[in-house]
Amino acid sequence: MWKKALSAALLATGLAASPAAWAEAPAPYQITPELVAAAKAEGKVVFYTATDVAVAEKLAEHFKSKYPGIAVQVERAGSERVFQRIGQEYSTGIYNADVIETSDAVHFEYFKRQGWLEPMVPQEVADKWPADERDPDGNFAAYRAHLSVIAYRTDLMKDADAPKTWEDLLDPRFKDKMVKAHPGYSGTVMTSTFVLSQLLGWDYFEKLGKQNIMQVQSSTEPPKKLAQGERALEVDGNEYNVFRLIDEGKPIKIVYPDEGTPLAVGNAAVLKQAPNPNAAKLFYAFLFSLDAQQLNSDFGGLRSFHPDVKEKADRTPLSKIKILHSDPEKLEPEIPTIKANYEKYFGT
Amino acid sequence: MTSDIQVQALPVQGRRRGIDFSWPTFALLTLVLSVLVLLPLFWLVYYSFRSDTGAGATFANYIALVADPTLLRAYGLAIGMALAVGVLACIIATPMAWLVARTDLPGRRTIRMLVTASFVTPPFLGAIAYEILAAPNSGIVNIMYRSVFGLEASEYLVNIYTFSGLVFAIACFTFPYVFTLVANALDKVPSDLEDASSILGGKSMTTLRKVTIPLVLPAMLAGTLIAILQALTMFGSPAILALPAGFHVITTKIWSLFQFPPRLGLAAAAALPLLIITVILLRAQKSILGRKGYTVLGGKSGTPRITELGPWKWPAIAFVFCVLSLTIILPYLAIIKTAFTGTVGDPINLSTLTLSHWRFVLFEFSATQLALRNTFLLGFLTATAVTAIALIVSYLVIRRSVPGSGFLGILATAPVAIPGIVLGVGLFLSYANPTFQLYGTIWILLIAFMTIELPAGYQQMSSAFSGVHPELEEAGRIVGASRLRTLWDITAPLLRTSVVAAWCFVFVGTIRELSATILLTTANTKLVSVIIYDLNESGDLGAICVLGIILLAASFAVVFIANRVPVLGGSQMNTRG
Repeated sequence: MWKKALSAALLATGLAASPAAWAEAPAPYQITPELVAAAKAEGKVVFYTATDVAVAEKLAEHFKSKYPGIAVQVERAGSERVFQRIGQEYSTGIYNADVIETSDAVHFEYFKRQGWLEPMVPQEVADKWPADERDPDGNFAAYRAHLSVIAYRTDLMKDADAPKTWEDLLDPRFKDKMVKAHPGYSGTVMTSTFVLSQLLGWDYFEKLGKQNIMQVQSSTEPPKKLAQGERALEVDGNEYNVFRLIDEGKPIKIVYPDEGTPLAVGNAAVLKQAPNPNAAKLFYAFLFSLDAQQLNSDFGGLRSFHPDVKEKADRTPLSKIKILHSDPEKLEPEIPTIKANYEKYFGT
Repeated sequence: MTSDIQVQALPVQGRRRGIDFSWPTFALLTLVLSVLVLLPLFWLVYYSFRSDTGAGATFANYIALVADPTLLRAYGLAIGMALAVGVLACIIATPMAWLVARTDLPGRRTIRMLVTASFVTPPFLGAIAYEILAAPNSGIVNIMYRSVFGLEASEYLVNIYTFSGLVFAIACFTFPYVFTLVANALDKVPSDLEDASSILGGKSMTTLRKVTIPLVLPAMLAGTLIAILQALTMFGSPAILALPAGFHVITTKIWSLFQFPPRLGLAAAAALPLLIITVILLRAQKSILGRKGYTVLGGKSGTPRITELGPWKWPAIAFVFCVLSLTIILPYLAIIKTAFTGTVGDPINLSTLTLSHWRFVLFEFSATQLALRNTFLLGFLTATAVTAIALIVSYLVIRRSVPGSGFLGILATAPVAIPGIVLGVGLFLSYANPTFQLYGTIWILLIAFMTIELPAGYQQMSSAFSGVHPELEEAGRIVGASRLRTLWDITAPLLRTSVVAAWCFVFVGTIRELSATILLTTANTKLVSVIIYDLNESGDLGAICVLGIILLAASFAVVFIANRVPVLGGSQMNTRG
């Protein structure tokens, strides 16, 4: 307990020490009976999310069992679709969403600039989250993270034949065998395309585009196409969906290539115009709570920034993987180029 | 109060002025239809000249339209696809229509019914069914092909994620248009012309070639044009099958322009040529259908001649069975199989059978209830509103009760030239602004559906009206009833089977709509078609199949009940249909 108090005190001194960076972050809040009562009076929270629909619905179910009487409306689409939807709705004065979450960090920089977010910092985030995984002004914080991974069917491809590096994917033996998600739909793939184009150059993608790849939309889909047996190898796709399918007993293995694996960080935030502000505040705090984060890890296969989350033993910990980080500020001006190049090399 | 007294004081004048609503109805309908049809087109044209970066008026969007190779390629592929679909649909449907209408093929009624079932199936659901059947590796057909011939895992028989696969999957669900038109035309071909040919010594094949086929050629061409139009403006099937294959058609390309940052001006400019192509095709169809008059001129001179198939019976049965398998039986079996097994690739046995997709859709997936409610609410509202408007408009037009009523007929038919995705763009531009704020409510969807379905409803009602002689209405008018009262008390009951048929037609059309819907829905106005599309983008085929089964079962139930309710005309429907 004293540890918590100490960190809070340290945080307080930190606040005082650097007023420029922390000036606008509001004081951390806790889930109080008053907040729960006010949320129950609203009776509903609308959650726009890019997390796989089964995981998001599971989380919603857990919330409902913890706070009965508050319905959760889960609106799941790809990150870029969620972004498009909120953009269309806000530009026409429609305020449906309470809490929003996508796996493209650029979106949250954009929302923040537009002033669409309501700054608030749950106690758990203030106490436990690493400083670079939350907005200094308290607008948003990293609710989840996952890698975009190469993976293959062990029954359709021998371990020795499986690719070890990104460059391996250009080998003719993988022609017609691969499935890949789309950066125009998936924030994860937008992030990974950016990182890999920086690392390997666009000519890498030009060559990859000639491998006759099956193009799907969401980064949740390539793992499902593997499970279905439609393709033997995925170029990208959510690590957490692969974990879930492995848990279900599907013969799939992950490859963490030597050059590194792109990391997608999924931020969450409460919208300023939330129609159910108290339910939103409660749900937002719930998202970062240990049991929600543990559920995300156990059932969802997601990575968590909560230091107390215990990962299943069979998963490679992040510390053992070479990770490719993305810089949202550098990514944002590149978006039109990425989309145009992608369409040039992959057709859509 | 004062007006009440006046009416009592001047009963005769008051009645005449107060009861004949023809003029106000005409004015109101003209206004409503103009808003429905013209407003979105106006905004579409307006935005196509606006810069997406806020730099004011510009031609840049039109320049991009001819300069951007990705847009041109999308148009080229879409046109090629549509033509191929038209030809394929015609080749499948014409012989089948002839077999059903003019031969002694057994089970003809059942075949007609099954073709109608293919018509009720939303094309996007059919496309998903073909993903399950004919994906190169996990497709059921390919798995069976490999296991029968003992081939390696990389071999496959069919690949639906190709241009030809896409053409095939669309043709499977558009051929009913050609089939219905040609079968109806064959029903009408007077047998005396064919008899004349036989008497003059023509063999049955010569008669078929020289008399029957030329007589139904207009219907064939018209049906093919409709199939081309449907394919050209379709969004769901290309989005499901073309994108994985790595190409865009124009509808998916327009949709991608709405991605952030949205390029509304370019989307509007890209949509306009689609409108122009549609208008050209419809004019072509009209000029062809116009010549069809001479088939009908012969009149019905006895029952249509039935050709005895003799030894050709078995090949004919095989052909029809093959077509029905590809369009109805296999897709439906694939959907049912996927709804009850773990993943698509699983074989069917006791260990793979599961209700988990049903549990997910019915109890865990929070969008299900809302989407079902919205879909059926909109289906009912659209069908009722369109049927009512179509009834009144066709009355005003056919009976020429108000000068200028022909204009109403044109307005009611015009939306047929507006492809769904173009209308979606237009409506988004018209009503998604702070003045109207209709975007995000179901009303914008109601407007879209009413506009899309009005031509179909109007065509059905006006052809029904021309079959009712005005003398009964005149009797009503002489006795002193107003126009609307005669319409309601006399004409409508006479037309009720047509009214029910039109209602069902519009209802089914609304439920399967996706191309305008996809641009106009928000979280609170989800429809089943949209959540099916969303689920497809994340690869949840099991859940899609469950939703598809629910949607189809409910649509069939609604159509069935509407045809059985005694007040609405009861079983008379069957004798006609």
